This record gives sequence, structure tokens and C-alpha cells, in this order.
Amino acid sequence: MAFAAFATAEAQPQAPRKRSAIALVLLAPGIAYLVLFFLTPLVSLLLTSLQVQSEFGDIGEFDYAFNWQNYVDVVTSYWPHILRSFGYALVATVLALVISYPIAYFIGVKARSKPLLQGILLVLVIAPFFISFLLRTLAWKQVLSDESFIITSLKALSLMAPDAHFTGTPFAVIFGLTYNFIPFMTLPLYTTLERLDLRYLEAGGDLYASPATVFRKVTVPLSMPGIVAGTLLTFIPAAGDYVNASRDFLGGPGTQMMGNVIEANFLVLLNYPAAAALSIILMAAILILVGIYVKRSGTEDLL
Amino acid sequence: MSGEGQAGAVLGGLAESEQLEQRPQPTRERPRRGLGRWLLPTYVTIAFAFLMIPIVYTFVFSFNDSVKSNIAWRGFTFDKWLNVCNVEGGAVCQAFGNSIVIGLVATVLATTLGTMIAIALVRYRFRARSAISLLLFLPMATPEVVLGAGLAAQFLAVGVPKDMLTIILAHTMFCISFVVVTVKARVASLDPALEEAGRDLYGSPSQVFWRVTFPLLLPGILAAALLSFALSFDDFIITNFNSGSVSTFPKYIYISAARGIPAEANVIASAVFLFAMILVITVQVSRAAREKRLAKLS
Repeated sequence: MAFAAFATAEAQPQAPRKRSAIALVLLAPGIAYLVLFFLTPLVSLLLTSLQVQSEFGDIGEFDYAFNWQNYVDVVTSYWPHILRSFGYALVATVLALVISYPIAYFIGVKARSKPLLQGILLVLVIAPFFISFLLRTLAWKQVLSDESFIITSLKALSLMAPDAHFTGTPFAVIFGLTYNFIPFMTLPLYTTLERLDLRYLEAGGDLYASPATVFRKVTVPLSMPGIVAGTLLTFIPAAGDYVNASRDFLGGPGTQMMGNVIEANFLVLLNYPAAAALSIILMAAILILVGIYVKRSGTEDLL
Repeated sequence: MSGEGQAGAVLGGLAESEQLEQRPQPTRERPRRGLGRWLLPTYVTIAFAFLMIPIVYTFVFSFNDSVKSNIAWRGFTFDKWLNVCNVEGGAVCQAFGNSIVIGLVATVLATTLGTMIAIALVRYRFRARSAISLLLFLPMATPEVVLGAGLAAQFLAVGVPKDMLTIILAHTMFCISFVVVTVKARVASLDPALEEAGRDLYGSPSQVFWRVTFPLLLPGILAAALLSFALSFDDFIITNFNSGSVSTFPKYIYISAARGIPAEANVIASAVFLFAMILVITVQVSRAAREKRLAKLS
């Protein structure tokens, strides 16, 4: 599935043959589609981000211009949202990695000799995908609401201040992001750990490395493609997400992320240039971060 | 908690592994003692229980005898399952129907276009290969909010009104890349000798394609189609930007979240969940059975 996507996207030695006329026929429709509905929209977005309000126009009417000021404006008014987006996404990605690695290790390595158990566990990992993402998040909102069993127990045990809330706080948003993206982290990790040659671990042990050293020096480097794919599959959607941070879901007024601001500006305030400028900033920041990350982790063949 | 300390356990586990039987037994077995042996399985059990909480919650509350909002437990009933469409003039079912139609059309379009690209990428040599690979990778690396806002800005600039069609166009766009990646793996693992055999037996190119290549690619194509449908069906963010007044199931939930979700939404989500799980388990079981048969033959 999607997550396997990244893991299998490694360059395979291929032997492409000739006859490029057929290749053109096969490629043309799909590529034209992506140019029309992916690439051109990005250009539209860029042009929109530079528009100015029409002089005598209504709300939501803009003229094409080269108004770089839009970028300055959105950064000055929305810098907390920008920082929050990347901060929350980063924390959620690290948490998801820490939670998912042992799960993926168990399924991919420990359960390797038991195909049935492996199959069942894999189905359970992807099970959350089959129930609406929004309903899952709302379920957590109810399970962790102020009146819920969990929160009242925590308060009774004095582990939480009596007047404290969980939903509506940054913790709740990070919690939701982590939960929602755990499968995206677990599956690419699983696909690399599943192919991990256990003889390397044996060799490490034979050379008197402690299990911890074997893990650090052998297992982790060998599972690097999975770690990179999983963290990207978690970080990118988490940074752009606005459902978890929305007031009606796990967030509150103080947890709004870039996605929330883009949505509000585009669909409610009809301030298209602001929404577009924020989208361009989000996209550019992610591409730069991904580029650096992929280079530094030495898994460039991922692309 | 992390895999540390587990590496040793792998050595012990090796002995039982069927696939590795031919290999020399590890010389230094490491018998796991008491706590360490149970640490990882216990953690995994707890983690899975955690993952299942919202699913169980949604399922249980589909049986809640709720009046307006489905928050407090008011008693068990089958009513919501039996009369799913009776709430709010059938708004939930309307949204669900839209989601199904959009999902099916987008899946057919994306699977066709994506499969063609996948075949071309593996089988043919052409210029601009790296540019095309980048074009296919980028939609997967772009946050949905940017994809959604970009398309919406384009539709706005061209003056296309938002309706079902714009949602379908948007969904097809983000599904194509996932189809290409899924099918590409299958094309790459295809033995070219089979197609050569077809040609040697005087099969025309179209006969070879439909009788040899296509049936061999079919499992990959079906997997890609299922993935596309699942992505389209559960998409909210891109849909929200390009739907205008059209409702889809996720959009219905998002809008109702402010005033409370009716239990009927839980019913639909639970039904879809059960259906998908049965489908996945059937595929898994039949694959396991086939592998067993093949293993016996060889």
C-alpha cells in the first residue's frame, strides 16, 4: 500500500527496452493529467499568492500583481501557526517512531516464523485506515473529554489538576497526530525490518557486541530506509493537517496550525492570496526539509 | 522499550524459523530469561489495544440509543442499524452515496492512467525519465492542504464551479502516484520470458498483452485500485477545498462535528470497516492457502 510505496520505490536494476513510441502513448495521458491538475495548480497557487485586492471589488475579488508584501503579511500575522505546525509535526513524528519501531520489529522479525500471526498483526495495523479518520479523532475526543473515565480517574488520583483539560491543549493535538499516523510509520518500518538479514545480527553477537550495541550499530542502520520513509510519511501530512487541531476535534483556540489558517483564509474569509502564500510557504519548507533529510540520511534512491 | 535487548532474542528465535532451517544453527543461543522475554510481546499487545480504542468506541456507539448528539451512553438499540437513512432526511446516506460514486470513478481513472505509466516506466527507455519520476513523487510529498488549495485556486482562476466533477478530478490526481508505485513493483517482478513465449507462439502484441501480461499484472492492479478507493473514500482535506456544496461522508462528519454526530454515521463507518476487514482477511487467507498449495507442489 501507500507506505510500501516508499519502501519499494528504491531503484531496481531495470532493463528498459526500446520502442519509445509506445512509451509515449502509455505515458502521455497520465503525465498530461498530472501536469494539468497537479503542476498547473501549483503555478496558480503561486500567482494567487501575489495578487492584490481589487480596488473597487467585493470581498474575494483580486487582481494579478506581483505583491510580495502578501508573504511578509502572512509571516508577521501567522508565524505562531507556522512554528506550531512544524513543532507539533516534529514531536508527533518522533513519538510515532518510538511507539512504532518495537511494533514493526515484532511483526517483521519476531513473528517471521509465524506467517499467520504476522498476517493478523499486519491487518490490525492497517485496521484504523478502514474507519473514517475523522470519526477516529472524534472518538478520542470523547474518550479523553473532561467527563470521561480516563480523565476523571487521573484527576481522582491527583495526576491531573482538578480544573485542567486535556482536549483543546497542544498535548491533545500532538496525541491525535501521533495516533493517526502510527500506521504510516509502522508499515514502512515493517517492510524493511521484514527483509532484515538476521545473520548480520548473529555476526554482531558473535563479535561480542552487546544486544544494545547490535541494535544501535546493525539493526538501526539497516532499517534506515524504513525510518526515512516512515518519518516522511508521518511528518508531511502531520505538518499540513488541520483536522486534529480544529476546535471541533482535539484542538482549541490556541492550537491552530497552518492548515487551519489556510482553510479559514481560503474557504471562510475568502482571502485567497493569504491562503495561497501560506500554502507556498508550507510546501517550500517541506521540500527543503525533506531534501536535507533525505540527503543526510543517505537514502537518495528513495526518490 | 525500544528494540534494544531484542537483538539477542532474535538469535534464540532463529532455531524455530522454518525458512532458515537450511542454515547452520546459531552457535551461541541466548535463552531469554523471565522479564525480557515477555517485554516486547506485552508492549505490542498494549500498543494494539491502544490502536483499537477509537475503532471499538465508534462501533459500540453505533448501537447507542442516542437522541441528538451521540455522546452519552443511553442504552442499546439496533434501531440505528436498521434505519440508517432516516436521520436528517437521509443526509448521511446521501453523503455516503456521493463518496462511493466519487471513489469508484476516481479509482477507475487513476488505476487506468497509473497502470499505463507504470508499464512505460519499467519497460521502455525514454528521455526525461527523472523529470517524470519527480512529477510522480511530488504529489505524494505535498501536504494535502497545498494540493487542495492549489486545485481550488486553479478552478477559481478558470471559473469552473465546484461540484462532483471537481472532487473526482482532484481525487484522481492524488491517486495516480500511488497506483504507479504499487503497479510498478508488480511489472518489475514480471518475468519477460513469459511474454517472449507468447510472441514465439505467434501471439499478436495485443493478444500477448491481454492473455499474458494483463492477467499477471492483475493482482497488482487490483491492489492499486483498492488503495485508490480507500484513499478517495477517506479523503477530507482535498475534498473540503474542491467540493462546493456537495457533501461526502468525511465532509458530512466534519460539518456535523460542531453540533454532534448522529449515531447513523457510526453505523455507516462500522459497516464499511467490517466490510473492508472481511475483504482483507479473505484475501490474506486465500493467499496463504495458495502459498501452501504451491509449497506442496514444489
